[in-house]
Amino acid sequence: MATPILRWCCPGRRWVFAGIGSVSRHGRGVPTGSTSSGKRGQSSVAQQPLITAQKPRKGEREWAAVVGLEIHAQIASNSKLFSGSQVDFAAPPNSLVSFFDASLPGTLPVLNRRCVEAAVMTGLALDCHINRRSLFDRKHYFYADLPAGYQITQQRLPIAVNGSLVYSVCVGKRQSQMVTKTAGVKQIQLEQDSGKSLHDSLRSQTLVDLNRAEGQLRVDANISVHNPGEPLGVRTEVKNLNSARFLAKAIDYEIQRQINELENGGKILNETRSFDYKLGCTVPMRDKEGKQDYRFMPEPNLPPLLLYDSGSLPTGTDPQQVINIDQLREQLPELPRVTREKLVQQYGMLPEHSFALLNEVGLLEFFQNVIKETRAEPKKVTSWVLNTFLGFLKQQNLAVSESPVTPSALAELLDLLDRKAISSSAAKQVFQELWRSKGKTPAQIVAEKKLELMQDAEVLEQLCRSTLEAHPQVVTDVKKGNPRAINKLIGLVRRATLGRADPTVIKEVLERQLSS
Amino acid sequence: MLGRTLREVSEALKQGLVTPTELCQRCLSLIKKTKILNAYITVSEEVALKQAEESEKRYKKGHSLGDLDGIPVAVKDNFSTAGIETTCASNMLKGYVPPYNATVVQKLLDQGALLMGKTNLDEFAMGSGSTDGIFGPVKNPWSYSKQYREKRKQKSHGENEDSHWLITGGSSGGSAAAVSAFTCFAALGSDTGGSTRNPAAHCGVVGLKPSYGLVSRHGLIPLVNSMDVPGILTRCVDDAAIVLGILAGHDPKDSTTIQDPVKPFTLPSLTDMSKLCIGIPKEYLTPELSSEVQSLWSKAANLFESEGAKVIEVSLPHTSYSIVCYHVLCTSEVASNMARFDGLEYGHRCDTDVSTEAMYAATRREGFNDVVRGRILSGNFFLLKENYENYFVKAQKVRRLIARDFVNVFNSGVDVLLTPTTLSEAVPHTEFIREDNRTRSAQDDLFTQAVNMAGLPAVSVPMALSSQGLPIGLQFIGRAFCDQQLLTVAKWFEKQVQFPVIQLQELMDDCSSIFENEKLASASLK
Repeated sequence: MATPILRWCCPGRRWVFAGIGSVSRHGRGVPTGSTSSGKRGQSSVAQQPLITAQKPRKGEREWAAVVGLEIHAQIASNSKLFSGSQVDFAAPPNSLVSFFDASLPGTLPVLNRRCVEAAVMTGLALDCHINRRSLFDRKHYFYADLPAGYQITQQRLPIAVNGSLVYSVCVGKRQSQMVTKTAGVKQIQLEQDSGKSLHDSLRSQTLVDLNRAEGQLRVDANISVHNPGEPLGVRTEVKNLNSARFLAKAIDYEIQRQINELENGGKILNETRSFDYKLGCTVPMRDKEGKQDYRFMPEPNLPPLLLYDSGSLPTGTDPQQVINIDQLREQLPELPRVTREKLVQQYGMLPEHSFALLNEVGLLEFFQNVIKETRAEPKKVTSWVLNTFLGFLKQQNLAVSESPVTPSALAELLDLLDRKAISSSAAKQVFQELWRSKGKTPAQIVAEKKLELMQDAEVLEQLCRSTLEAHPQVVTDVKKGNPRAINKLIGLVRRATLGRADPTVIKEVLERQLSS
Repeated sequence: MLGRTLREVSEALKQGLVTPTELCQRCLSLIKKTKILNAYITVSEEVALKQAEESEKRYKKGHSLGDLDGIPVAVKDNFSTAGIETTCASNMLKGYVPPYNATVVQKLLDQGALLMGKTNLDEFAMGSGSTDGIFGPVKNPWSYSKQYREKRKQKSHGENEDSHWLITGGSSGGSAAAVSAFTCFAALGSDTGGSTRNPAAHCGVVGLKPSYGLVSRHGLIPLVNSMDVPGILTRCVDDAAIVLGILAGHDPKDSTTIQDPVKPFTLPSLTDMSKLCIGIPKEYLTPELSSEVQSLWSKAANLFESEGAKVIEVSLPHTSYSIVCYHVLCTSEVASNMARFDGLEYGHRCDTDVSTEAMYAATRREGFNDVVRGRILSGNFFLLKENYENYFVKAQKVRRLIARDFVNVFNSGVDVLLTPTTLSEAVPHTEFIREDNRTRSAQDDLFTQAVNMAGLPAVSVPMALSSQGLPIGLQFIGRAFCDQQLLTVAKWFEKQVQFPVIQLQELMDDCSSIFENEKLASASLK
């Protein structure tokens, strides 16, 4: 599927997994092919105008979109898929090129064990069937950054097939409802990357970097639209999308473009397009070679890749020479789906909160560390971590690991709040102070700023009484039955206590005094 | 001394009867004298002399590296040699100096062998004559032998002798000629469809194609990856076994090599022939087979039978499909393997710079000869989406059937197959070029090529001279990875037939010092 044009952001070694898109009515092209007509979550907010535009203009025609993704993900390994050369993002161009990488005549590919293991683990995580025997193929095309004239991939019999990924999206007016969806995974294949071409238009020359470790994720989206009940439409392929946000935009744009084209009597060409990040639209790519025939052929220099499980492992084999799927399964970390389910069960958390906790690196661990040290309710902790803490991080564009507030500090703060030593507004102040002045404990801040709740009932009684006396008009309002008036009184008392009294307690005192 | 076998000269080196430098200089001098053969593309004189010097030091200290220390060898010019131009006899790689050694080359050097040079071949090993390379054809040393010249004199009078020189066969013709003309003691060839065995038969030397996977292909510039095997050319079977012992074994750089450890290949002398079963494939008796070769083949079968071996006729029913099947598989892999020669990273690049595509096209047109371009074109045709099933996949299925033929025969109790190597003895160049490369390759690979499809070991052993005074070799085919058994049988056969030594006096002005039977060694070495 991939044409050689613009293979500039390919990762060093990668596998491709192609999601099979399912049908999406009314053209809501959810990236992994969902059947929803709802919204996609965060990125769909910006797409709101498109949704209205997608409503069938002539009234009776209904459209469905089909979206399939080819995802190129770089494997985190120390050396390349078929050579011993290192992988390093920052390395100078062509400094990590083995004789094989440069395709010197006579060199042969040697499969990297770590890459195979990573592919198997990904296959297991995505509920795939792991093929005990998979094959490598050559895919041919001429391009300056493809020194062998072919790419080694797994076209016919890939390492893993038939998987699925269950995911959830927020729907509803306030994005508060979670809908669970499933995307099919057609196959996962190990694939060698091409190099990188750098076009120097000034000197009209192309420079080639064969380090091949650039960009960790790249997606090609295949999109078509059709009327439900009719055969699928002609698809286009939007290539080289390198962020989820642009992927979503490109898909939405392309669906709408195809619908418009067809409704205006036009035709969809089976072509490759690229996404113009600035204009937010897809444009046809200059496909100089016309239709490509990749002339796939088995790679004769790599024997079939055989995988074993504990049952099929041949006796007396060197463990270094074989890969045991069962062993890799044991090494698999807890999958996010399971973690989220546990969070919901254990803490009564809303599903969307469990997603939010897992979407930020280190956030879950932070949350769990706070939970361990505080007596506060999990709900309270969740709210503080997701709203206050995450809000501060986002505002300053910091990672969890860069946070000036430690889990222990937040735990201590929540304890103060829990035993009503401070009010929640005071707690917010303490948090702000914690963020600003590293090293201080919440208790110190509370003491310094005199934020602890007023414990002396007599003082509070006194303050309430003088407030009532000073505002006879409000008191009259209360007595006339205006329900909001009492709130005004509470606010006045709170201001008088410098925010150190609990509003519920103030209310009790006020009501008692008013009725006496 | 140069006329001796590798084992004999190795013994002489160990006994101090000759020094590596002396040996090296004599070979270099002979290479110059036999320049007319065009066996070498590059003579690595300086490298060889330096290696000889090192070897000499080792011998003086008594630290010889083994049987190959100080032994002059030659390597076909499609093996990568660090710092030494490697051309594949193609404009495409003219001037290409690889930065690394092929594993087999490295293994030879690690054993102290002296690299005399890189030998001539058909461009990218595509051919069966060693006539189609950019450096011109290789001439068969037997063209200048006393044996052949005397026979010719009887037949034709007054014709220009030199215009009747013979081809070596190919594509490893340079290596075969180099060994045959005593310019080295062993040479590496490559064998994809018979490229080592065919010239070995025509040049009267032993040509071994080991089992696929026994010897590393890393650094061998490929023709057909799934069939290529480094080949060994020597003057006797024992020498081939010595070299195989050094080259064989797993190479982490070639994933198709066997994992199991390999033992050295020492060959016992066969004594009990009654346990041996020789198969004669009836499909190899083709109308094109010359009567002389046919009669020598029967003679060989009779020889085995008369010495007590069981000789039976066997059938390899899919043999006739082998050539056409090979054509599809070979050209397809060629189309793929040649894709890397685009003029960008290394090798020839044209002057055109209108566009990248135009540069590719002109580079490849200038860089490859018609044979290579023709195979690339065919191969790409077979690999097209619409043709893949009908050609490539079918050819693969046929390949499996051919391989199964051999398995069935060996499972029926046959130990080794005995066949001709070539249809006839070497023909004069003038006659050879009447047919095109493709026709010639198809004819000449007839007996050798199926073996590559099946990955089996096979060896061509010279048996006798034809009525024209030219060598005829027969081929033994063994079970996969039973190379030692194969060579043991070949060694027995070699001993029985006593193939005559080539008499090259007429070619060399100063031959006395080279070919005289040196008194020193002859008695003690045998």
